[in-house]
Amino acid sequence: MAIGLNHYLVLSAIIFTIGLYGALGKRNAVVILMSIELMFNAVNIAFVAVSRYLPVPPGMPLNLGGQVFALFVITVAAAEAAVALAIILAIYRTRKTVSIDDLNLLKW
Amino acid sequence: MAALLWLIPFLPFAAFILITAFLRRPQKLAGYVSILAIAGSFLISLLTLREGWNAVIVKHDEHWKIDRVIDWLALGDLTLQLSTFADAIGAVMLVVVTFVSLLVQIYSLGYMVEHGEMDPGFSRFYSYLSLFTASMLGLVLADNFVQLFIFWELVGLCSYLLVGFWFFKPEAAEAAKKAFITTRFGDLGFLLGILLVFLVTGAFNFVEVQHAVEGGAFAPWLLTITMVLLFCGAVGKSAQFPLHVWLPDAMEGPTPVSALIHAATMVAAGVYMVARLFTLFEHSPGAMATVAWIGGFTAIFAASHGLVMRDIKRVLAYSTVSQLGFMMMALGIGGLAAGVFHLTTHAFFKALLFLGSGSVIHGSGEQDMFRLGGLHKKMPQTSITFAIGGLALAGIFPLAGFWSKDEILLEALKHGQIGLLIIGVVAAFMTAFYTFRAYFLTFLGEPRPNWVDPDGLHGADAPKYIVDVHHADPIAQHTYDPHGYFLATRGPAVYDDHGHSASAAESPDAHGHHGPASHSSEATSHAVHDVHGHGGLERGAHHAHESPATMTGPLWILAFFAIVAGFAGAPFLDNPFGHFVAPGVKHAPMNLGLAVGTTVSALIAIFLAYRLYGARPFVREPLTELGPLYTLMARRYFLDEFYNWGIGVFILAVSRGLAWFDKYVVDGAVNLVGWFADQVGNLLRHTHTGRAPNYALGVFGGLAVIIFVMLGR
Repeated sequence: MAIGLNHYLVLSAIIFTIGLYGALGKRNAVVILMSIELMFNAVNIAFVAVSRYLPVPPGMPLNLGGQVFALFVITVAAAEAAVALAIILAIYRTRKTVSIDDLNLLKW
Repeated sequence: MAALLWLIPFLPFAAFILITAFLRRPQKLAGYVSILAIAGSFLISLLTLREGWNAVIVKHDEHWKIDRVIDWLALGDLTLQLSTFADAIGAVMLVVVTFVSLLVQIYSLGYMVEHGEMDPGFSRFYSYLSLFTASMLGLVLADNFVQLFIFWELVGLCSYLLVGFWFFKPEAAEAAKKAFITTRFGDLGFLLGILLVFLVTGAFNFVEVQHAVEGGAFAPWLLTITMVLLFCGAVGKSAQFPLHVWLPDAMEGPTPVSALIHAATMVAAGVYMVARLFTLFEHSPGAMATVAWIGGFTAIFAASHGLVMRDIKRVLAYSTVSQLGFMMMALGIGGLAAGVFHLTTHAFFKALLFLGSGSVIHGSGEQDMFRLGGLHKKMPQTSITFAIGGLALAGIFPLAGFWSKDEILLEALKHGQIGLLIIGVVAAFMTAFYTFRAYFLTFLGEPRPNWVDPDGLHGADAPKYIVDVHHADPIAQHTYDPHGYFLATRGPAVYDDHGHSASAAESPDAHGHHGPASHSSEATSHAVHDVHGHGGLERGAHHAHESPATMTGPLWILAFFAIVAGFAGAPFLDNPFGHFVAPGVKHAPMNLGLAVGTTVSALIAIFLAYRLYGARPFVREPLTELGPLYTLMARRYFLDEFYNWGIGVFILAVSRGLAWFDKYVVDGAVNLVGWFADQVGNLLRHTHTGRAPNYALGVFGGLAVIIFVMLGR
């Protein structure tokens, strides 16, 4: 069976859902951060797959839109990871914990 | 001339700004600035009148008018305009207003200075007078309802400010409030009338409204309602029954103010308004009848008050109310020219009488006629001019009042209004009587500075002010006697008109307030009534002196016009005034029988007054022989008591009901909405857990819902 666009999209959806579960369900802030990275990369897979399988615009050698987006996402995700890790570190230094359950000051 | 017309109200207004901004300390310059401005306005008004006279009388241009408008405010389709509009009536009114204002302001140069000491409010006085004159002229120049109403309210404000000019006197502050609030009742009707006019015709301009009415825009009953509502404004402003009660109390203001505002100009604004809208009123017989009968009743009703007043200014105040009633009656009957003519002549001789009484008060420091007397020898000029004014008011041939009053009675005869004719004749008889009662009491006989009522009866206005300060419950007094509360709380201190709180020990006139032993109500009313009281200075009729030339000069000028102004409308000169104001209208020919009859009845009234008050020393009020009728008249038919009762019982009861409704129903509804929001918030705030994953779940859950919805479409 040839591998088509749907295979990639299903893979992307599976990885995204795993990431979503981790982001919503885990308590460790570092794990949540990792889960978010997982979601980013699931999206990247979808972008690249779609970029590959959609028809090429007339006069263009390749359809590169999705790949450009993927590169952007990787860049932003790197920056986001840096900032988020710095925040987690700062929280750990003051609170001696990175458990999300203990970081609930902003409520009623 | 049309190009200069805007200067007429602008000059006094500029004077008002100038005085208020730069000349606030008491100084003669304030007076000079104000007088100069009004003199300029007077000059332009005269030129306008001349132009109009030439156009109408010489060139027979019956439709002469000046109408220049500027757009003032654009509201969607509606554009409000400011106008300088003058026709024959307007031109006459402009001259009357500026002329009387000019003389009054010159007169005030003397009146507002006493014993070489300037009133502390001297500049304030002149700035108010300028503002008033500007507003009044703006009112006269209006060609639409909006401008009319704006200036209508402005003159009301100025009246309030000037009646309460000596605001540290509780009576003056109360009178100012009373004047303002009472006229408000009328103005409510006026405003409703204007809105009704706009609702039906969509226009504010008099001419456009006129065309709409002629085109049948109003059903007859609706027109009558509208015109009667508009007339309500005139009832308040021109002190017609039943809203006349404010005018006598407004005499608490300085006397020049009484002469200018409450005799010649502002109170005539109601008459002017009816005259200006005369063609509208004519379309509604019901409204015309209302105007005529309210005016007629006011004429005779107010005159009966005048018979028994003991304060010289109050006699004149009721006389003014009565004469305004005459004017309204004339307009209601259909005599436009007669009404406006009487307005004009009345402005001259009533201003003269008021200024004369001001001269008396200035010279003697007394305004209770029972304590005056014998002033003819001490103030001959005031006496002679007052007599001229009195003769004019009484309608003696050939003075101004004779011609104008005769015109009104002629109109009544011509239109077959016999009832109103009889009312007019009786009121004229009373007018002659009370005018000369005042004259004889004030100027003949001997001074009676220590007169005490042998019957223990009080004068007309005395009881209102008298409160036994040590026994009265101030709150209970307050319910029925607006003055009592303040007297009671004020204690023994007496304010003189210069704002010093003189203690009883310093002021020899203040003994009336000094203790329970002093039940002499006469003394109390004496102290309270002294507008010009000056602790320590000799006062009273026996110390009177003639007033300075700045005061007697205007008196003589006004006396001249009180004699000759009537010839403008004299039938043997073919009534040029009538042709000017109402061209094309056929005037009733002179009725010799009526003229002789009214003159003889006035002479009889004067003779009667002479027998009762002039020919013998005044010991007790002869009219007390009338018994209960005297009490009824002297207490002003208990109208003030009735109104206070009405306010105290009826309005308070209604207000309490409304207050309950407001508190529990209106506020309750508002509070319910607030309470509901509060409760919902209390429930919803628990979703705010502080845990970031919960929020993220919300975000993704929402996203999922959106996706499902979009897929489902």
